[in-house]
Amino acid sequence: MKPAPFAYERVVDVKSAINLTKREDIMVKVLAGSQSLGPMLNLRLVQPDLLVDITHIPELKRAEEVADGVLVGACVTHSDIEDGRVPDVTNGALPRVARGIAYRAVRNRGTVGGSLVHADPAADWVSTLAGAGAKVNIVGPSGGRTIAVEELMTSVFEVDLGPGDLLESVFIPRFSKSARWGHYKINRKTGEFAHAMAIVLQDPERDVCRLVIGATEAKPIVVANAHAYFDEQGELLVSKAAQLLTDAGLTDPLANKIHMAALKRAAQRAQL
Amino acid sequence: MMSQGIGQRVLRKEDDRYLRGRGEFVADIRMAGMRDVAFVRSPVAHATILDIHVPAEHQENVYTVEHLKKSGVKPIVADTALEGFRSSAQPILAEVKVRYVGELVAMCIADTRAKAEDIAATVRLDLEELGVVYDMMQGRESDAPRLHETWPDNLFLTTDFSVNIEAAKSAPIKVTREIRLARQVMAPMEGRGVVAYWDTRLEQLVVYTSTQLPHIVRSGLAECLGLPEAQVRVVAPDVGGGFGYKGILLTEEVAVCWLAMQRGHPVRWIEDRREHLTANANCREHRYYITGYASSDGQLLGIECDATVDSGAYSAYPFSACLEAGQVGSILPGPYDFPSYQCATYSVATNKCPILPYRGVGRTGVCFALELVLDQLAYKAGIEPYELRMKTLVRPEQMPFDNITNKHFDSGDYPEALRQAVEEINISAIRERQARGEADGRLIGVGVAVYCEQAAHGTSVYAGWGIPMVPGYEQATLRITPDGGLEIRIGAHSHGQGLETTLAQVAHSKLGLDIKDIKVVHGDTEYTPYSTGTWGSRCMVMSGGAVSRACDEIARRLAQIGAYMLNTNTDEVSIVGGEVRGPKGSVPISHVAHTWYRTPQKLPPEANAGGLEVTEGYKPLRDSGTFGYGAHAALVAVDPETGSVEILDYVIVEDGGKLVNPMVVDGQVYGGTAQGIGTALYEEMAFDASGQPQASTFADYLLPGATEVPEIRLFHMETLSPYTEFGVKGIGESGAIAPPATIVNAVNDALRPLGAALYVTPVTPHRILEAIAQAEDNALNIPVPTKNLQMVMEEV
Repeated sequence: MKPAPFAYERVVDVKSAINLTKREDIMVKVLAGSQSLGPMLNLRLVQPDLLVDITHIPELKRAEEVADGVLVGACVTHSDIEDGRVPDVTNGALPRVARGIAYRAVRNRGTVGGSLVHADPAADWVSTLAGAGAKVNIVGPSGGRTIAVEELMTSVFEVDLGPGDLLESVFIPRFSKSARWGHYKINRKTGEFAHAMAIVLQDPERDVCRLVIGATEAKPIVVANAHAYFDEQGELLVSKAAQLLTDAGLTDPLANKIHMAALKRAAQRAQL
Repeated sequence: MMSQGIGQRVLRKEDDRYLRGRGEFVADIRMAGMRDVAFVRSPVAHATILDIHVPAEHQENVYTVEHLKKSGVKPIVADTALEGFRSSAQPILAEVKVRYVGELVAMCIADTRAKAEDIAATVRLDLEELGVVYDMMQGRESDAPRLHETWPDNLFLTTDFSVNIEAAKSAPIKVTREIRLARQVMAPMEGRGVVAYWDTRLEQLVVYTSTQLPHIVRSGLAECLGLPEAQVRVVAPDVGGGFGYKGILLTEEVAVCWLAMQRGHPVRWIEDRREHLTANANCREHRYYITGYASSDGQLLGIECDATVDSGAYSAYPFSACLEAGQVGSILPGPYDFPSYQCATYSVATNKCPILPYRGVGRTGVCFALELVLDQLAYKAGIEPYELRMKTLVRPEQMPFDNITNKHFDSGDYPEALRQAVEEINISAIRERQARGEADGRLIGVGVAVYCEQAAHGTSVYAGWGIPMVPGYEQATLRITPDGGLEIRIGAHSHGQGLETTLAQVAHSKLGLDIKDIKVVHGDTEYTPYSTGTWGSRCMVMSGGAVSRACDEIARRLAQIGAYMLNTNTDEVSIVGGEVRGPKGSVPISHVAHTWYRTPQKLPPEANAGGLEVTEGYKPLRDSGTFGYGAHAALVAVDPETGSVEILDYVIVEDGGKLVNPMVVDGQVYGGTAQGIGTALYEEMAFDASGQPQASTFADYLLPGATEVPEIRLFHMETLSPYTEFGVKGIGESGAIAPPATIVNAVNDALRPLGAALYVTPVTPHRILEAIAQAEDNALNIPVPTKNLQMVMEEV
């Protein structure tokens, strides 16, 4: 399959990107790593009039370490994180997540911003960055705003971005040295999208306790203050956690069993 | 020179170009003026075509069945001589009706594939949808929608074979199961593709196509296009895997060839992965309702089976819609010696693309069905599954052995293969480990399966089926070149088998020429003798045999000239080490060649005028096929919380007779086993109730990758076939036959403590969790929902 005809613009600054993507008379798609959009174009599942390539905007490819974390440009790739080209503030947690994304060829081109904006619930960053407590900086025709990662995705393949809005960067907060991170992903084969993914972050020094159940059929379940889901020894309160799935309207008992297995194991890993 | 002959692990000659990216596949071919085709395919599974609307601006570049009819292009028909077989005519472009999603409706041509697809997107189909046969069992019902209007039902063929079955029915142990194999897709790295043009000088259609069977494609194209065969040349360049998918004449091949003749410039179609997955390369889908009977001590007494094959919409050329069911009925009993057997088969036409023979063909399905039932019989008898097999496997002293369906097993020691596999996997140690339990909470299980692989079966087998292609003698043409090299021409083709190396090894064994001086020419109807091609694990037996016989004749010709040059008699010389050796000296083959070609004045007066080029034909002493065989054993760990399966150990003990190049054989077995692991655990092409295929990319259709295939421990036995040159047996499909049975038996062994079992491929995490949940419900006496019929069937 080959894509339907489209126009292509490569921009070198954010302002131009906003100006091109805010048009509502035509269908405009932002092109970054092209690891999801590319196949969709080839299958003609999406037929945009205009593609705006943002990978040549210098500030979107930069990573800047500050005292309380690191600011990562939207076009930073998974392999940039995997290989340590981006300063790690998570005690190795996110480089390990990056290493488990799809295949190396995908990681070489796929971007953090693209993955978040594509909003596939089975993708890695939508859940793990929410688990890490990351925030996204959005710029657009009417200025900028900052929201939590979990607020970006509104539902499956849907995000809180208006015409001309561009995800510019992701801020990843610095974990304490004593932070404990548990991540468990279930898929049938290496490189496949996840069927379940759970994250537990225990960082008492910062008074952070987060829990994520991802790769469901809906947006990830993110509990930003998850203290109530653990007992005093730090053990997961399983039946209380299972209620999260019910409350989210997830009723497939077998799928829920797998989600709970992932969550229990993530909690165990956070205890190690 | 290290020995390069039969039995040596010689590096493959062809790998140099493959590893350097210097091979040439169909999509690599560039021709001046070449244009690309994209097809308009049916978006629905079953419909009447009311109208095909082509925009005025594209009328010149879009073709439908009306154009083909004006040229008298015929549909593809692959009939059999089997009694009661119902014929289907597969139109090159759909006429009146479409019968599966992806069926060709119109052909669009442009400078590039992208532009051709743009044109295809403008063609509007006005379709009136009809009822859909989306499942083979539904298709068997008398009130099912009808695919082929002139048929009384949807059955290509029904067969019934019965021997003494009533005697088994009083057996003390009886197990009945419904067993299913999912529809799968063969996935060679290279898809199909064709480039065709009309050569005005030779008045010949030249077709480059990614095929296993160039000569069969030539006959098929000539029949459909109404051309004499001499006006069709089929070239198969490098072929990137086939597995059976490239053993089929495609409607796309016929359509593109016709278009090349119309347009006068080269035309090509390169299959994309979506076409490949959804519309073309489907295979495997079987359903068995099978009962095993055994004595109380675990002696197999009988097998009774109702087998159904989802054949898809049309009978594919040349193997027909009934190859699968034909194999099922005849090979289900396998290498077991038991007294009662009955098997009915149903080849059902469904609104899916035609089912095609995939590596192992029906053997993978019957091995799965039989070996799963054998395990359950053994458990009822209270013995280890391998012990039940040991009691019933044909013994070496019975060889050659005709089994209950009169399959003729040429040689082998089946119990020994199983014994070695059991020893290597170490079942007694596994039983102790199971008793201890796993620290991580997983359940481990061990499974075994025995398989046989009838290969290189010839005239006597296929004449009975009467399909469009019946293999006879296989030929090889050998020519000593003027500088003393050797050219070998065969009509079969390599799509990964390494024939350029292994046939050179055969010739080396006979003539002693260095294999670097031996060139195998294949894949071109213009240069090679006729052959039914590469299928049925036949090339080493058939082409290898032909090369051997042709070498004998070449040796006689060389000896005659060489003896004269050595001033001795022909019967006093032999061909050894690349030279003609006599009692008092020797002369290299290159000197003999130089004499024949360059200095014929020095030839003996009575020299054979045929010279140093010969064509010899070959067939084994019996052409009912060689029987390679083996035993597989697997140790798996099942995670009862997530349903995931990990293969911890995998052992194969296999016997392929004389191995010409054991390294090539190892590669064949590893590759086939990887595909078998795909069948067992990953691969499934599901269809919904409207006949829509549910996977259209490799994100939805899962193949095992490097991390999913364990390090396989492979052991060889070597029992020669009494019927073939050197005692070789066909082994090409062996690896793909037993893994589903082996792995699912191991999974079921792991799940036994939970009372759960599965009888379906692939064994997915979801299905495992479903089986466990079902078992938990059963333990609580909750009624079994009927949709989970495969989980728990009648047990007496």
